[in-house]
Amino acid sequence: MTLAIRATGIRKVFGDVVANRNASLEVRTGEIHAVVGENGAGKSTLMRMIAGMYAPDAGTLEVGGRTVTGWSTREAIAAGVGMVHQHFMLVPTLTVAENLVLGQEPVRGVQFDRAGAEEAVRALGERTGLRVDPSRLVSDLSVGELQRVEILKVLFRGARILVLDEPTAVLSPPEVQDLWRVLRTLVADGGTVVVITHKLDEVVEISQSITVMRAGETVGHMQTAEATPSSIARMMVGREVKLALEETGEGRQEMVDGGWQMADARGGSATAHSALRLTQLTVASARRADEVAGVSIELRPGEIFGIAGVEGNGQTELIEAIAGLRPVSSGSIHLGSHDITRWSVRQRADAGLSHIPEDRHRRGLVLDYSIADDLILGVQHGFTRGIVLDKERIISNAGERIAQFDVRPGAPDAPARSLSGGNQQKVVIARELRGREFSVLLAVQPTRGVDVGAIEFIHQQLRAARDAGKAVLLVSADLVEVLALSDRVAVMYGGKLVVTLPADKASAEVLGPWMTGAGGTSGH
Amino acid sequence: MRKLFTVLGVLVALHLILLLVEPAGASKVATGEGVDVGIVFDVGGRGDKSFNDGAFIGAERAQRELGARVRFIEPGEGSDREAGLRLLAAEGMDLVIGVGFIFTDDLALLAREYPNVKFAGVDYAVALDSAGNAIQPPSNLVALKFREEQGSFLVGALAALVGKSKKLGFVGGMDIPLIHKFEAGYRAGATAVCPDCTVIAQYAGATPEAFKNPGRGQELALSQYQQGVNVIFHASGSTGLGVFEAARRQRRLAIGVDADQYSEAPGYILTSMVKGVDQAVYGAIEDVRAQRFEGGIRQLGLAEEGVNFIDDANNRSLIPDSVRTRIEALRQDIIAGKIVVPATR
Amino acid sequence: MATDRAPAVSPPGIPRWLQPLLPPLTALLIAAVVGDLLILTFGQSPREVFRLLIEGTWGNAYGLGQVLYKATTLICTGLAVALGIRAGMFNIGAEGQLALGGFAAAAIGLLLPAGTPALVAIPVCVAAACAGGSAGAAVPGVLKARFGASEVIVTIMMNFIIAALLNWAVATQLNVAESLHTPEIHAGAVPRLAAVSALFSGSAANFTILFALGAAVFTGWWLFRTRAGYELRAAGLQPDAAEYGGIRVGSVWLRTMLLSGALAGLGGVNYVLGYKQYYEEGFAAGAGYLGIAVALVGRNHPAGVVISALLFATLSQGALAVNALVPKQMVDVLTAIVIIAVATAVPEVERLLRAVRGKTA
Repeated sequence: MTLAIRATGIRKVFGDVVANRNASLEVRTGEIHAVVGENGAGKSTLMRMIAGMYAPDAGTLEVGGRTVTGWSTREAIAAGVGMVHQHFMLVPTLTVAENLVLGQEPVRGVQFDRAGAEEAVRALGERTGLRVDPSRLVSDLSVGELQRVEILKVLFRGARILVLDEPTAVLSPPEVQDLWRVLRTLVADGGTVVVITHKLDEVVEISQSITVMRAGETVGHMQTAEATPSSIARMMVGREVKLALEETGEGRQEMVDGGWQMADARGGSATAHSALRLTQLTVASARRADEVAGVSIELRPGEIFGIAGVEGNGQTELIEAIAGLRPVSSGSIHLGSHDITRWSVRQRADAGLSHIPEDRHRRGLVLDYSIADDLILGVQHGFTRGIVLDKERIISNAGERIAQFDVRPGAPDAPARSLSGGNQQKVVIARELRGREFSVLLAVQPTRGVDVGAIEFIHQQLRAARDAGKAVLLVSADLVEVLALSDRVAVMYGGKLVVTLPADKASAEVLGPWMTGAGGTSGH
Repeated sequence: MRKLFTVLGVLVALHLILLLVEPAGASKVATGEGVDVGIVFDVGGRGDKSFNDGAFIGAERAQRELGARVRFIEPGEGSDREAGLRLLAAEGMDLVIGVGFIFTDDLALLAREYPNVKFAGVDYAVALDSAGNAIQPPSNLVALKFREEQGSFLVGALAALVGKSKKLGFVGGMDIPLIHKFEAGYRAGATAVCPDCTVIAQYAGATPEAFKNPGRGQELALSQYQQGVNVIFHASGSTGLGVFEAARRQRRLAIGVDADQYSEAPGYILTSMVKGVDQAVYGAIEDVRAQRFEGGIRQLGLAEEGVNFIDDANNRSLIPDSVRTRIEALRQDIIAGKIVVPATR
Repeated sequence: MATDRAPAVSPPGIPRWLQPLLPPLTALLIAAVVGDLLILTFGQSPREVFRLLIEGTWGNAYGLGQVLYKATTLICTGLAVALGIRAGMFNIGAEGQLALGGFAAAAIGLLLPAGTPALVAIPVCVAAACAGGSAGAAVPGVLKARFGASEVIVTIMMNFIIAALLNWAVATQLNVAESLHTPEIHAGAVPRLAAVSALFSGSAANFTILFALGAAVFTGWWLFRTRAGYELRAAGLQPDAAEYGGIRVGSVWLRTMLLSGALAGLGGVNYVLGYKQYYEEGFAAGAGYLGIAVALVGRNHPAGVVISALLFATLSQGALAVNALVPKQMVDVLTAIVIIAVATAVPEVERLLRAVRGKTA
């Protein structure tokens, strides 16, 4: 068997940070290869060197037996290596076809040959199973569709070796299954796929072999057939870890097999008053007037209410409306006994609303602020003497949070940007769970893009908050996570909560159809 | 690391080497015998094809013909006007010239501070005391003023004789006494040769913007031409460009101001009433060299070639010989004092 | 956490204190070499031109005074632009705000009766200048905060509107015959440096520089020490995160615009109260626009703004001194080269320095 990619002794340094110290990788032609490791383990950096975006400081890189160390993206593309990034790089105001042909537009005479471009894209979609209407605007696409376009874009440029950086982070379970189908087709067709991920069930499900990285180094290589999620996790973290579902009392084997049943739902402390009450809440977005169409929820103290669903069904707008970041069209929001429907963000927060936002890079953190400064975002008015900020208290607050949540590296004056995704999320969670008084927590995608060790920790924190009598509204595209944590589970589809179940009645099989809009037929 | 040091080393070495280069033609700051003259232009003045360039031409001629050494300074902002004058005065120049009325305050201040240096202000604004008499500048400062009304008188007569209609036009820029001078001379010249002629005089506005509004200029000129005017004289800065455009469209004539504006609308510019800034500057330098410099207010009229009108190969064909003879006779009468041209409306 | 942080040792051979100075020094060296070549193309000796440039600026008290005078206005406009950029706004209106500030100071100075004690008159006139600048910035501020109108376009338009209004006011309401300026103010004059030391005699330098330096200290304190500054910078870096953090981004923008206008307006004090004692049409003469370059080169930090204002003031005054040998435009080109060199070379050298630190780990 020939090697598609071979990297040995790779070293890469950015400023103060050593991203790769002794990384190696061997990928056989025609396999799906998983690269796993905690956030900041140097996976993405290694892949970007393979795609020609960076040159390594040391080590050698071979593709198809040819030494290509330090090549350019142009050379990589010419040699058939294409990378699909974690963050989409598409022009929203152009159509799918226009995005794909960008830089090599087909022409008829001097005119752009739109029909030709669309036909070429459609044909490629048919062949690979990546079906997207080529004439649609990219700004109108869902996240899953966007990713298909990204993959199409790489294939359109003739890629035979496809590198995907955390492709499932934004997908719903059905979309993930679609993606696996596409990747298997590509491999069957003679292509090679490298997938970066840290979802261990995915690794086991899709890959043939696995490379594990830790601290910039390659620490192991194994055949998937010989691996178990816990053996992979142990190698990733360097110690034993509890996987998400173990706490429910069921073995991980069940998880791998797709067994989603959970332990008993908590009975929810039957207190008289609700912590958060939404009444017929309707919220508009730029696209439509009823992005959230009359949602009512009553959240009790001491419960986790999980909202599952494919992204783009109004979850973002719902949470933003509750947090005060988006105006409400009709309906009301009560926090405890207060009607907060028209309150400002700050008033709501001060009244006991905590919020782990969906996108920590855009909302949750000011990336260029120090960790200490980010740890007071939203509560800065509590850290003042007169109009001046109280530096001493800000630093001591940072010291406490960093220690409690084991943020690494733990220098309070380091910029948040320099942290790995998992540690950035820890900063947000530390602030929202311990940095303020609250009665209700909005937790949106709390573990997205976070490594295994940190996921375990974050889940513990959410449960601890629930056990301390807080009400938690959890929104996640990861159905496993919703099922593992929630006391009650709802599915959001088309701006409505189409089904709400106690956790012991909910399972992937039951909820799956609701998530695709086909739930009504199954009789709930 | 090494890369950074290499770059720094190369840069330092390059700079040091270049500092040692001494081009053959390099000039040092001039000192020595002869008249040393310093001229400060207005901010952004050089290249105006008018005042500032006129001063430059006069100074160049003095360099050539009188052996004067002239230093020019172009200020970058308002406070540089004083700084430039001061720099030249401190260097012990024999004569320091500020070009434009905006130098008035700065020149007066420096003339008192440097009594041994001679100063000249082109178009220096002479203030009036409460009794209405001119306040004399310091004795080492000469105010170079122009009798615009005399030049305007001649082009007024010319317009009346060439225009062949009983109506004449005038477009002024900002409605202020300085521009009234032009109108008064023009009106007097016209009626001197054509007693029943009337002059339609209009102004573009009451703010300095009125000197920069070609659209308004064209509007005023078109309405005057439509009332039967055949020749329009403008004294309105770049507003006059609109007057020329109107002349071109109506196939009538216009008269330029300050500098020869023939090229703005060839064939439609009867003549231009010009101020002899070059002559004034040259004259001031000559006076210093001949040690006959006198402070005070110096009015430069037709006799001193301080004002004139253009009569050259370009527009000769527009002026009949009989008219030319008549105009020259008027010029002599003014020089001889037989005609006194009014400077106010 | 997987990635290691290399220990932050300083590269061997480069003293720690020198490191922050290296990037701007490199940029200035590049500008100097290009300047040498430019001078040579005019057939002049670079040594002679640079000698004159230094002599005419820092070489004597008068030249230094002129540099300080010019730097005073530039510090104010540079701070105005830098503050705006920190909040995520590009205030191109410093030019108009500066003019309006100067005019307001002159108008109040004219209204005050002659003989008003300086201790009353100066603060009142300075406050008027700040208020004038704020008024000029209020329009773009409100339009941005309420309707999201681009402050770039609105401030540019305001520059034209303010210029036209002030020209009208000076020409029709407050004119002195055959001039472009208002009558002299009756009270509120800021003393010149020459009043304290005869060395500065003749230079326009005046005590407004203390106001400007005070404004720089205030701006630094405001930006980096106060809660308002924390919220201002958050709004500038990431408006979405600021909004999430309970910050009303629109009102931060409005407040910042008003403060920025006040800083620019303060610059008007320098000319009107400190130098001429009257408002003259066009006195701002590009100092507002140059403020953008001052902020850029000063990297939007108040201390950097003060240093870069001194640099640009030196070049401006030096232009006069070398005018005998090379045309003024050469120094204009040199100024532009400094801006380009700082904008390009500084990030590059900083990257090199970081790489050096990384490798020695």
